[in-house]
Amino acid sequence: MSAGSDLNIDYVANLARLALTDEQKTRYARQLGDILHYVDKLKQVDVTGVEPMAHAAPVFNVWQDDVARAGLSTEQALRNAPAQRQNMIVVPKVVE
Amino acid sequence: MARDLTFLSATELGGLLAAGQLTSVELVQTCLARVQAVDGRVHAFNSYDEAAALVAAHESDARRAAGQARGPLDGIPVGFKDVIAVAGQPLTCSSRMLANYVSPYDATVTTRLKAAGAIPLGRLNMDEFAMGSSTENSAFGPTANPWDLSRVPGGSSGGSAAAVAAGELPLTLGSDTGGSIRQPAALCGIVGLKPTYGLVSRYGLAAYASSLDQIGPFARTVDDAALLLQAIAGHDERDSTSFKAEVPDYRADMAKRFGPWRIGVPKEFFGAGLDPEVGAAVQAAIEHYRKAGCEIREVSLPLAAEQAIAVYYLIATAEASSNLARYDGIRYGHRAAKAKDVVDLYFQSRAEGFGDEVKRRIILGTHVLSSGYYDAYYLRAQKVRTLIRNEFAAVLKNCDALLSPTSPTAAFKIGEKSSNPLAMYLTDIYTISVNLAGLPGISVPCGFTAAGLPVGLQLIGRPFDEAGLLSIARHYEQAHDWNSRHPNL
Repeated sequence: MSAGSDLNIDYVANLARLALTDEQKTRYARQLGDILHYVDKLKQVDVTGVEPMAHAAPVFNVWQDDVARAGLSTEQALRNAPAQRQNMIVVPKVVE
Repeated sequence: MARDLTFLSATELGGLLAAGQLTSVELVQTCLARVQAVDGRVHAFNSYDEAAALVAAHESDARRAAGQARGPLDGIPVGFKDVIAVAGQPLTCSSRMLANYVSPYDATVTTRLKAAGAIPLGRLNMDEFAMGSSTENSAFGPTANPWDLSRVPGGSSGGSAAAVAAGELPLTLGSDTGGSIRQPAALCGIVGLKPTYGLVSRYGLAAYASSLDQIGPFARTVDDAALLLQAIAGHDERDSTSFKAEVPDYRADMAKRFGPWRIGVPKEFFGAGLDPEVGAAVQAAIEHYRKAGCEIREVSLPLAAEQAIAVYYLIATAEASSNLARYDGIRYGHRAAKAKDVVDLYFQSRAEGFGDEVKRRIILGTHVLSSGYYDAYYLRAQKVRTLIRNEFAAVLKNCDALLSPTSPTAAFKIGEKSSNPLAMYLTDIYTISVNLAGLPGISVPCGFTAAGLPVGLQLIGRPFDEAGLLSIARHYEQAHDWNSRHPNL
């Protein structure tokens, strides 16, 4: 496991599609460095042969019958769209 | 009205409604008047829809007049943390990202509460996307603790807790991912219950960390918490982690349980960092159970005490980074006005829409899931999570419940911890492991500090044994009168 200095904040911010200011990068790197240093304590635990746990519910595969049901109307689904035209969401041009 | 309804329990209010001594319209108007009188100072509410609440109250009164009242919640106002969907009402997550979002559908808990006749009233403030322990991370400004307006109400469900403590609403819903119901309940001097993971549907709850999130009640009494839980618990096919558990009649079940119980006291939860006044109040609660004939067993939860916060901040941020990827400025939510192309639109919309703590957790979660770090951080955290669950299961074989403080201190000052994320994270040290293990936990008032700030007692139960947990909590509550004290607003 790595210490906080391994955090490449430009690389991670790009993966997260998050624009950060220089001030945020410096501050988050310091704060997250403290947190990554703190979580390094997990190294002390012997996890040999231990199964990872995804969630706590004793529920595994959940199946439902493939039956069509009413969903949101177009109007409802588009109600929160930032920009729309003719029942479609408007976005900046993707292909030049 | 001459009589004062402000701090009556939902059970008492339901009795007045049933006896024809109160109408739902009067009750809703009383709550609205209280909100108008005190919420300028408390800021528990992000918004409320007075007209919709009064329409629902009129409908409730009409049902009752026709002899068709739907049960003990019919006509009772219930507030919603601003992360749970109510169709046609705002859902902001206290974030600029969702400042203008209106829910297109009801959460399952909302559907069930409406079916029970409850009146949805108010969108309650919170830490942005439920990330925080003080409600200072709200994009719309902090909520104040009704007992001392210079202090935090706890978080992330701080508005839900403060609204009940301030006498604005008898019942509210919150969500608890690492303590976000129990800790604010403790700091505001009320009852807060986090149900077993899988008991209450998460459908319509804006996701933070899906493997940990649970919706639960805030109330003035344990009976009221049981009443609200009754209405929202049970299997829902729209949540794939919802458990097909038999939901008992909680209050009938509680009436049959008198103890004595075997109560485990985890010794590691009373160590360094515990405020002496909080420790003394919790020790007095242990003595209560001992005198009642309960067997008090010292137990040990070394991993829960030592490793839970580290495990939580890896798992929760990893899940959050994935869940919050949906906020891209395209289909809903904030969209940046100036972007040079669609990818830049994602970057700028997210930069403008999210606050500091949310950005920090997205960065951390993305890092721990990224190539080369996944095994060392995320996978290892999931394995330690298994060990923590096993540790709880082992001690709960021989104990009916575990007892600890809810929070290591009473309410802290607004601003005191806001510049140090790690110090803020450590305030959840007694609650976080309960989410990792998926267990039910409750906070009940157990006294006050010399400065007059409430202290909370946490009880932790077996999976899906909410009836047992509520019974044990009520045994303490009924022998004390902490909930008869109210803040002077």
